[in-house]
Amino acid sequence: MKSILGRIRFLPVCLALGLAFLYIPILSLIIYSFNESKLVTVWSGFSTKWYGELFRNQQIIDAALLSLRIAVMSACAAVVLGTIAGFVLARMRRFRGRTLLAGMSMAPLVMPEIITGLSLLLFFIALEKMTGWPNGRGITTVTIAHITFSMAYVAVIVQSRLADMDPSLEEAAMDLGARPLKVFFAITLPIVAPALISGWLLAFTLSIDDLVIASFVSGPGASTLPMVIFSKVRLGVSPDINALATIIIGIVALGVLLAALAFKRQERLQGRDARLANLPED
Amino acid sequence: MRMGYTPLGQGLVRLFEPVMHVSPGKSVSRLLRAAGVTGRNAVIAIPLLWLLLFFLIPFVIVLKISFAEYATAIPPYTDLIQWGDDALMSIKLNFGNYLYLVEDDLYVAAYLNSARIALVSTVMCLLIGYPMAYAIARSSPANRNILLMLVILPFWTSFLLRVYAWMGILKNNGVINNLLMGLGIIDEPIVMMQTDFAVYLGIIYSYLPFMILPLYANLEKLDVNLLEAAADLGCKPFKAFLLITLPLSLPGIIAGSMLVFIPAVGEFVIPSLLGGPDTLMIGRVLWDEFFNNRDWPVASAVAIAMLVFLVIPIMLFQHYQNRQAQT
Repeated sequence: MKSILGRIRFLPVCLALGLAFLYIPILSLIIYSFNESKLVTVWSGFSTKWYGELFRNQQIIDAALLSLRIAVMSACAAVVLGTIAGFVLARMRRFRGRTLLAGMSMAPLVMPEIITGLSLLLFFIALEKMTGWPNGRGITTVTIAHITFSMAYVAVIVQSRLADMDPSLEEAAMDLGARPLKVFFAITLPIVAPALISGWLLAFTLSIDDLVIASFVSGPGASTLPMVIFSKVRLGVSPDINALATIIIGIVALGVLLAALAFKRQERLQGRDARLANLPED
Repeated sequence: MRMGYTPLGQGLVRLFEPVMHVSPGKSVSRLLRAAGVTGRNAVIAIPLLWLLLFFLIPFVIVLKISFAEYATAIPPYTDLIQWGDDALMSIKLNFGNYLYLVEDDLYVAAYLNSARIALVSTVMCLLIGYPMAYAIARSSPANRNILLMLVILPFWTSFLLRVYAWMGILKNNGVINNLLMGLGIIDEPIVMMQTDFAVYLGIIYSYLPFMILPLYANLEKLDVNLLEAAADLGCKPFKAFLLITLPLSLPGIIAGSMLVFIPAVGEFVIPSLLGGPDTLMIGRVLWDEFFNNRDWPVASAVAIAMLVFLVIPIMLFQHYQNRQAQT
């Protein structure tokens, strides 16, 4: 009896300590963003002046807008390409190059960013020497790099979602004479839609968060937000970065809350649809 | 050479034959199909070509440049393929960059140090993450989703900013030192920033969710009946854990460990923000070699050597991923 009690206590304590470990640094970022003093960690009174400072910093605002643009473009493209890759891997059992595609769409998940960044930069330079494109590096090259590594994440998500899904629906549609493209858009896509949404969000986050790959493949005049933050915090802590972090955390928390609510609503609607489908027709 | 062109000519006629008899739309699709271009193949080709172009070929280029020599030119390396005076093509492979890596203590030390830091951090992540994942898997379904979201949430906020948060906590007049000095426990600040300790802490903190998620996915599927049966037969909980839970969760342990270990070896941001000047990690060495020394061939050789070093863990990870996908 005693040992069982000990076991029950042990796990929640570990969990609580672990979550504290995960959240204390984030809380300290938020708290000190409202600090009056320039010395980030010496508390000298509540103030929101660093937020004002942040919004007057044109460099950070430009970088944030650039990062947003790249993230939206690369997330959309990554969802399209990653969905195709995941679909091919989950639904087409045998074709030439399957092993190659499976390996290449898994490898970016574990590849150290620094190698991906270096290889893409050397590739872009060699390509430019040969074909004249891409003429200089900037938004285009960063977007291509982000698509390439985030499509792997989308592919894995879509593939596992399709593996869970019953293929008999698709087969039934096929038997009734629907063409493959129609089956894909009418049956497969709606079912994997939640996976596509989470894939898009993941690709967006990975893109807006990436420092290493962007530092390699970006050019002058196209500094993304992480690049600007990195060059700033390298010299030490600065309170306006705390303010920026707080804003980002706030947006993420709000986004997660909205996603959770939307998910609940979706579940309710699906429940209603299921009930309606079960009603007898008259 | 009459024989030479006749089959070719026949081939050409065959190629145009359908055009003469069938409607254009059908003939185009038939032509495409004859060349192996079907809807199915086109769908396969899109991601395959993209990844070939932007993932595989870049590696071939890195491999190529790692065998080149440094040159003061733009781009700063020599061509492998050289045309001699007699118009003969010769390929010149230069193994000097790799020899340089082996001979120079800096690189060997950086590789060993990266491996050590990544290994210790992985073990620490496992020790912290396993009980957390187990606790989440054993909690009620309603709580489970909330707890899981709490673990994932930090991952959605910027990685760079979370590493930056530790700078404010660890530095000499940071949160910890202020607190300890305020309480009178210490008189002088403990130096924590720019040490290996800070690097370990940063890596464990940043990669912990990557350990917890695969472990949770595995432990959640664990059949509780097995543990109950063991308990009924008189097995102590801890022994049951060692004999049943731990072996069954091995795929989760391996997946989580690889997701921590592999990126940690090549980590650049954490050692450069939290580590000191003597914290050698290979990702940082590569960065400096490329951006500061502008020695692209040596940087490429460093990258290739890192990949060779990581091939075994990457294969191990893929092997277990595939096995999990099949079951």
